[in-house]
Amino acid sequence: MPRANTREKEAYRKLSIKASPPRSVLRNAVVAFLVGGAICLVGQIVLSWISSTGIGRVQALSRTQTIMVFLGAFFTGLGLYDKLGGVAGMGAAIPITGFANSIVSPAMEFKREGFVLGVSARMFQVAGPVIVYSFIASLLVSSAALILAR
Amino acid sequence: MIYIRAFIVGGILCALAQVVLDSTKVNPAVIMVSAACTGAILSGLGLYGTLVSYAGAGAAVPLFGFGHTLVQGMMEDVAKEGWFGLFTGGFRASSAALTGAVVFGYLMAVLFNPKG
Repeated sequence: MPRANTREKEAYRKLSIKASPPRSVLRNAVVAFLVGGAICLVGQIVLSWISSTGIGRVQALSRTQTIMVFLGAFFTGLGLYDKLGGVAGMGAAIPITGFANSIVSPAMEFKREGFVLGVSARMFQVAGPVIVYSFIASLLVSSAALILAR
Repeated sequence: MIYIRAFIVGGILCALAQVVLDSTKVNPAVIMVSAACTGAILSGLGLYGTLVSYAGAGAAVPLFGFGHTLVQGMMEDVAKEGWFGLFTGGFRASSAALTGAVVFGYLMAVLFNPKG
């Protein structure tokens, strides 16, 4: 088999760069900023609306998080959130709506394996690790604060 | 204006996570775990509470805020009932979000089917 000459190699390299998707770190960060910011803006509208009923600050924040979880789960069900995730990456994954997406998406996918080992077991494929490590980290941080406060 | 602050702070937190993802190529799930843990650490240092009062949902909606919620709940219960609060505060403070995640997550997964 004849070996490709330098010119052919160069042409192939240029073509492969053109054909592969653009992976600019800056561009991805800007998209994540815009989408993540927009989701948080929706969250803020919900928070301001709940706060206007005169409820306490902590309760208002917790209700906002719950409503955002509902919205994330709902739009994942409609098939829209996964599309957003493909475009925005962490801009869709980091808000708590992305946490809900990480629950509904695999649960729907594995429905054919049944409702126990399919849906309910797969729900926590990503959310499970998030819960496990955030509880361990929080317990360590709070223990440290408790010890230092003595 | 709280809406602009929420947009900018929430956007920056997501952009930071995106930059870490792109420059390290680790699994997105690892970034989500790290975000929640980072929020817990920042909360312990007293920084995240300040960010929540400054940016509202911009700090509370990203996963960093989940770690903060847990630490806040644990500290509150520790103040009330001593060290055992470490075991009650986390779930108490995050109960609404976790119950929502279980109930709505299950409901949507049962009601809808994957597209495409």
